[in-house]
Amino acid sequence: MLLEDLIKIKEAELARRKKHTLRCCLAAGCISSQGQAVKDALDQAVQAAGLAAEVEVRGVGCLRLCGEGPLVAVDPDGVLFQKIRPEDAPALLSTLQGETSPLDRGDLQSPFFKHQLPLVLENSGLVDPDRIESYIAADGYLALRNVLREMAPPEVVSAITKSGLRGRGGAGYPTGLKWATVAKTKSTRRFVICNADEGDPGAFMDRSVLESDPHRVLEGMIVAGYAVGAEQGFIYVRAEYPLAIQRLQNAIRQAKQMGLLGSGVFESPFNFNIDIRIGAGAFVCGEETALMASVEGRRGQPRPRPPFPAESGLFGQPTLINNVETFANVPPIILKGPEWFASIGTDKSKGTKVFALAGKIQTTGLIEVPMGTPLRVIVETMGGGAPAGGQIKAVQTGGPSGGCIPASHLDTPVDYESLTTLGSIMGSGGMIVMDQTTDMVDVARFFMEFCRDESCGKCVPCRAGTVQLHELLAKILARQATQRDLDRLEELCDLVKHTSLCGLGQTAPNPVLSTLRFFRHEYLERLQPAHPNPPSAPPTPATQPPNTAPVNPGAPA
Amino acid sequence: MKRHQFRQDALIEVLHKAQELFGFLDSDLMHYVARSLKLPTSRVYGVATFYHFFNLKPKGAHTCVVCMGTACYVKGADQVVAALEQCTGVRAGETTPDGKVSLATARCIGACGIAPAVVYDGVVTARQSPADALANVKGWLGHAA
Amino acid sequence: MAAKTLTIDGQLVSAEENQTLLEAARDAQIPIPTLCHLDGVMDVGACRMCLVEIVGTPKLLPACVTKVQEGLEVRTNSERLQRYRRLLLELLFAERNHVCAVCVSNGHCELQDLATQHGMDHVRYAYQAPNLGVDLSHRLYGLDHNRCVLCTRCVRVCWYIEGAGTLNLAGRGTGSMIITDLNQPWADSDTCTACGKCVQACPTGALFYKGATVAEMERDRQKLEYIVTAREKKQWNV
Repeated sequence: MLLEDLIKIKEAELARRKKHTLRCCLAAGCISSQGQAVKDALDQAVQAAGLAAEVEVRGVGCLRLCGEGPLVAVDPDGVLFQKIRPEDAPALLSTLQGETSPLDRGDLQSPFFKHQLPLVLENSGLVDPDRIESYIAADGYLALRNVLREMAPPEVVSAITKSGLRGRGGAGYPTGLKWATVAKTKSTRRFVICNADEGDPGAFMDRSVLESDPHRVLEGMIVAGYAVGAEQGFIYVRAEYPLAIQRLQNAIRQAKQMGLLGSGVFESPFNFNIDIRIGAGAFVCGEETALMASVEGRRGQPRPRPPFPAESGLFGQPTLINNVETFANVPPIILKGPEWFASIGTDKSKGTKVFALAGKIQTTGLIEVPMGTPLRVIVETMGGGAPAGGQIKAVQTGGPSGGCIPASHLDTPVDYESLTTLGSIMGSGGMIVMDQTTDMVDVARFFMEFCRDESCGKCVPCRAGTVQLHELLAKILARQATQRDLDRLEELCDLVKHTSLCGLGQTAPNPVLSTLRFFRHEYLERLQPAHPNPPSAPPTPATQPPNTAPVNPGAPA
Repeated sequence: MKRHQFRQDALIEVLHKAQELFGFLDSDLMHYVARSLKLPTSRVYGVATFYHFFNLKPKGAHTCVVCMGTACYVKGADQVVAALEQCTGVRAGETTPDGKVSLATARCIGACGIAPAVVYDGVVTARQSPADALANVKGWLGHAA
Repeated sequence: MAAKTLTIDGQLVSAEENQTLLEAARDAQIPIPTLCHLDGVMDVGACRMCLVEIVGTPKLLPACVTKVQEGLEVRTNSERLQRYRRLLLELLFAERNHVCAVCVSNGHCELQDLATQHGMDHVRYAYQAPNLGVDLSHRLYGLDHNRCVLCTRCVRVCWYIEGAGTLNLAGRGTGSMIITDLNQPWADSDTCTACGKCVQACPTGALFYKGATVAEMERDRQKLEYIVTAREKKQWNV
């Protein structure tokens, strides 16, 4: 495989293009609403109408509007059909001849799309994830070729450093620095790991990227392998994502056939292999050291750091661990230059971020916006606010490690630092919107239950502390707690946050702390007065009615 | 079957494969895996019980997994679970005594756009109300009512 | 070996390069409480009792696995650390059934000693009072899960000193348990060599000797062979 071959494939692929292209979303969301049947029906309808020479039906990755699936986009007309049923296929096809049809059309000019800046997702919904040629036609693997032919490993590292890219897994560690640390170790064996153990409930960005554009992640990993001097990579994917696993396996096979993986990548002396490791349902394996233990086939329990994985990681060797989205950012940085990347976003947070917008919101789906976009633009302008006259109460970011940002802070720009100031984190990008019917204490309890069940059990504060925290929250929720219990809750949060071994425990109290900070009144109104005698009124039944408390945003404690 | 490596670090891979073939991991199977990979049996048992994905008991003929991710939760997945628990008489994570239905919850299946989602025998189904779920599961149970 | 100089609780201490903070402090007669640490076995940093403050580092670090560095300023006994340690002990006592008065280890228990040292005289959290059962199947030893603090000292001794790999942790989170082989009764374990090191390692009354009188002498020579195979061929199954 050489540059000429790459160009040939691209030209052949572009020559295959027909007058019309029907892009059918075949990502998990649409597949679960019969997306595959829609594509098959369209295929049949095209054959039946004798339009095979003019119309291409292409299965693609995520078309973003996951709440309205199955989605079909039509090129070059730029029309997006939503909620298509298989029997709609002939009607959809007839619109190509200019006929009108009553099918539900999405508005590609709506704010939901207009404010997006697709970078990681630039190919998502365009390329066929099952065909490497389709990715190559979108300039895929060109970055890898340029890197191998024109750049020395230190130059690659410095390009990443200059771009200002930060880890997209949540903590925001500078990616260039991580690469440089691994590259500088004195070991002969190094590893690259792609963390695709997207465990945060409410997050599906990595899944979409893997299902829509798997080759891009592979390309990012190979570039990383070259930059840090590794020959073996692993992708750790959750077992809950069978489609992503299947597409990755397929992508790896294709890349090997083309000589883009294996020995002598692009006919250079550089060798690189990628294996898939499948998780088995443990949230804690998103933590670096636990993930490595799991790749080694052991119980996914974290270990104390230092030593950091960059020095002593997988099998005791220096290991580079980055998240899916981080790797997906690498090819465009190489192709378009670090300066271009650094021009997007804010001073300290460069580039874009993919968010999975879900919960009590009009438009759910996948969005990618420049760093620094105000939260309000994301949830109100793009997401359309709460459905049916509801009112947004809070936005939860960062999953069980994050916090709830109240409506009064919606003008906060979304970047690493601003979210941390509010007691939340960027996290991997799940954004759950809550409206006035959502009970914040119950949300805190929900996340604590999650952390309790997902605690690995190694260190005491996380194993035993989350149990007690959950119990206290349930007690408050059942209106059986007193001020003393609330004090204990806060004391325990402090303990668990500061003494736990790994990130899971250290961040487990965040949802409690942030709801205590912004919605303390919801806790207080449930407390019983500290009477020596129990009050005569029977306690409210434990099944909570929807919270009727007045929405009182803007009362930070 | 597990000829793919016999490497000790492939333990989780091997267990995945074993569960795929046999449905669940019983003691004999785990003993066999330990022997083949030359690992202490306690190690295999420790790993198999650490990960929620592995079952040590046989599953029911049908499985119903309710997603309890945040997005599904705020949209009422808890009520779906409650309804199913009441209908089947078992708690989430258990199998009905007649071995017909296994009820489980998942920590987000990544289908938040279509919350609340329920997976019936591997098929993800969108926007399930308690009534939808009951209708489906009752079919499996063969309830006359 | 190069020596490092650091300050622990205001006292200048010199230590060898590869020593941990815990070792350096103990050499200087500065006590740091520990529970999951056991001299001679690999440390895991799990109990969090030995957490110390290091000036200039926002995070608390476990002394048992943190290496000494030149010029470190370590505090082992601040008011905050003492509070955390008390809370950790409360959590441990609330987690399972630690009723000292009826425990075989009463008076010889590290957990009990720690509680006394730290003035933890009552538990404010809800007792979980699980009913976890006791494995009395083994001829010589008993395992009372209700008294276990999951420090994994027994597991590490079994794997790294005896080399038998009989004991392990199963489950996760608060449902973690110490098991033998495939979670079978201890007596049915193929791999246990009945060496008793786990009993020696246990900080509480979770592992104990059954009645001290053993009337008959029994030998099990196969076990010797087993250990040799395990060591040399890395093969643990009989």
